Amino acid sequence: MAPSLVAPTRVKLTRVARAEERAAWLFLAPSLVLFAIFTAIPVISAFFISFTQWNLFNEVTWVGLGNYLALAGDEIFAKVLGNTAYFVLVSVPVQIVLALLCALVLNRGIKGQTFFRVVYFLPVVTSTIAAALVWAWLFNSNFGLINAALSLVGVTDLPKWMGSTRWAMPAIIIVSIWQNLGYAMVLFLAGLQNIGKDVHDAAALDGATGWDRFWHITLPLLSPTTFFVLVISIIGSFQVFELVLVMTKAGPANATNTLVYYIYQNGFQFYQMGYASAAAMVLFLIVLAFTLVQYKLQRRWVHYG
Amino acid sequence: MGKTATDWVLFVVLLIGALLMSGPFVWMIATSFKPAADVFQFPPTLFTADPQVENYVRIFSTIPFGRAMANSLVVSVLVTLLQLITCSMAAYAFACLRFRGREVLFLIYLAALMVPSQVTLIPNFILIKSLGWIDTYQGLILPYAFSSFGTFLLRQYLKSIPAELLEAARIDGASHAQIYLTIVLPLAKPALGALAIFTFVAQWNNFLWPLITTTKPDMQVAIVALATLQGQYNTDWPLLMTGSVIAIVPVLLVFVFGNRAFIAGLTTGAFGGR
Repeated sequence: MAPSLVAPTRVKLTRVARAEERAAWLFLAPSLVLFAIFTAIPVISAFFISFTQWNLFNEVTWVGLGNYLALAGDEIFAKVLGNTAYFVLVSVPVQIVLALLCALVLNRGIKGQTFFRVVYFLPVVTSTIAAALVWAWLFNSNFGLINAALSLVGVTDLPKWMGSTRWAMPAIIIVSIWQNLGYAMVLFLAGLQNIGKDVHDAAALDGATGWDRFWHITLPLLSPTTFFVLVISIIGSFQVFELVLVMTKAGPANATNTLVYYIYQNGFQFYQMGYASAAAMVLFLIVLAFTLVQYKLQRRWVHYG
Repeated sequence: MGKTATDWVLFVVLLIGALLMSGPFVWMIATSFKPAADVFQFPPTLFTADPQVENYVRIFSTIPFGRAMANSLVVSVLVTLLQLITCSMAAYAFACLRFRGREVLFLIYLAALMVPSQVTLIPNFILIKSLGWIDTYQGLILPYAFSSFGTFLLRQYLKSIPAELLEAARIDGASHAQIYLTIVLPLAKPALGALAIFTFVAQWNNFLWPLITTTKPDMQVAIVALATLQGQYNTDWPLLMTGSVIAIVPVLLVFVFGNRAFIAGLTTGAFGGR
């Protein structure tokens, strides 16, 4: 993308325009260099590394589609994909519905709106590692606060949470919802505030009830926000990693192993750079596919005012 | 139910929600003042009968946590400054200057936002390793010295500067560097503030990259030191909670003081695109 690579145009540029063009490339130079070194070239390299076998120390061996074929037959990878899908399919809808409800309530102009907004948003800016640590302590099956509370209300068969193949993932999902709820809520609030009060007033004059207004006015007018929240929530959830690392280390028996954790394990614990890169390309393709499908589907339900 | 009665019910629901959202923070702080033996009581109590600050002394003597906090500060501040410079320069070119390839290049920068960071992780790790930059500040900082997100956010903001204003300055003989420094940057202060807070918070909390590019305890950032601490003292909850409290305080301070700017930045990302 250096200036010299730009095809010479047949239109003769004026001296001022040429100077402006030169200035533009000078202003872009720092970002171009950094972007090329740390983003563009690595994306292309990752693609090529995924066709090799390499442990950082030995010679690089070209294995063609070998890593991808190995992934296809890898039972743990199948489980990892299933776990990741479980995580995304539960955490995203719950988080979005709760965030929308909170935003709707706050948007009524309730007392202490600023206070609530800040409190609900605090987990978003908190380090996921620190959040996961305190939640691991809360979910501790012997001395944790959550099981203590459950036994107080009479639950006798207390879940073992992170120690159980059944409850470990729900525990991670709960923490993820707690952490990301505020982000979606703030976006919904901004979206709601973009909808003018006069629209609602007009509808109320026409005799529309609260529910009618919600389904036929608020929800359609909010749909661009909903679309954005949905896209970034899905992209973000596919990348769940730190919660898994701190709370379960992918256990028990890989019950909470997720895509990014698996990439980390293969790349930085087993030093299988090729295999890890192939898994990273799969992640990339999944995220890309989901985003493209959502952009295709948006025409059916997203209304831009 | 009248409107006020409904509002009261909703207020109580929100209050319960706020307790659930802030509960883990309260529990974290309460545990950090407990003696080690206190945490194996059942049922647990929120406040210990014997509060002490010993954990806050112990954490700095068991691991180089002070150094880790300083590393986090150095890395986060420098990354933030570098991004403000590189992103604002790029945003100025995209928003205020005309050049061939502008739309294509901007699309390429935007497309990069779609690439999960784990895709570039391995090639970048190999690069930093082969440069001998493991356990160095440049290895921690340079990969984050530019961001597409920051460029996008600032460009949306700079687009709102009236073209006549810049044209007038040009006619008066101001160079592009002068216009950028004396007109555009001062006007962009709100957006720069939002980007600064956003970048600082994201960088402070950044984990995977500093985890794999540092091996010496002296070069770890606070969040990585915290995760390492868990591996060594995995049942010493008071110590782990103390580390967590200290590690999140700087970010919470930045957020509380800059929360308007922070949220403005997030929502620009969401709504500026249209």
